[in-house]
Amino acid sequence: MSIDWQHFTPISSLAGGTLIGLGAALLVLFDGRIAGVSGILGGLLRAARGERAWRIAFLGGLLAAAPLWRLFAPLAPAQPVAGGAWLVAAGLLVGIGTRYGSGCTSGHGVCGVARASPRSLAATALFVAAGFATVFLLRHGG
Amino acid sequence: MGTRTSFVATLLAALAAGLLFGVGLILSGMTEPAKVAAFLDLAGSWDPSLLCVMLGAIAVAAPAFRIAARRKAAITGAPMQLPRSRRIDRPLVVGSLAFGVGWGIAGYCPGPALASLSIGGAAPWLFVPAMVAGMAVFELAEWMRASVSAKSPG
Repeated sequence: MSIDWQHFTPISSLAGGTLIGLGAALLVLFDGRIAGVSGILGGLLRAARGERAWRIAFLGGLLAAAPLWRLFAPLAPAQPVAGGAWLVAAGLLVGIGTRYGSGCTSGHGVCGVARASPRSLAATALFVAAGFATVFLLRHGG
Repeated sequence: MGTRTSFVATLLAALAAGLLFGVGLILSGMTEPAKVAAFLDLAGSWDPSLLCVMLGAIAVAAPAFRIAARRKAAITGAPMQLPRSRRIDRPLVVGSLAFGVGWGIAGYCPGPALASLSIGGAAPWLFVPAMVAGMAVFELAEWMRASVSAKSPG
């Protein structure tokens, strides 16, 4: 392993992480909810009454972030690391996996780890490990 | 606070939370799949930035969750809904592993993928509909399982 000092962004990543933490803090203190993006989105597919509005508001805020960003700074579309069928397969895996495993990088990785939930600590260790293994196989599996 | 004002307050808080989340994801670099993949590539040229994102987020969120755990209701009066389960069961393990594989392939997890829809580029528009379809498959399976167990006697 060699550290990629050229692309390492400790300051902006720490600052961005702080904003993510603030978002999670705001949602739990004001709405009593976990800021887990997969759970908030997946829960919309269920027709629970009175459970839709706050989810739509949160997701609206998430979608509005980029247009708002552009008012102050340029923002170029990101370069994908996978194409076509790979993206679709990955999307399916992420969709089913996050719902079956009750969370993703935000719900388990940020909120769950911040709550010191044993379930979330295990989930985070597992999906990070699976991510390491997948990238290893794809890039170095020969 | 009246029910109507507190309903508006919950929506405003959720909107602000989503916005902070989204701006945080963009600022931290998590909406760039190459950066996420570089974090997951231990054998290559490793970019530890994602660790800083997690560190910053957890440091701010942890005290909030500590306060939340002691309260019955949120500031708007909404009930505090924190998960109670501590069980590490098969769905948690299998689901998390499947998620990790998809995350590694695309460099997208749900939050950054959604925030990327309004950044531009075709990739998130392929990934997100597939992700929602995956979630729908899960809901359908849950619904079928529930209707089967409702029909079976005992």
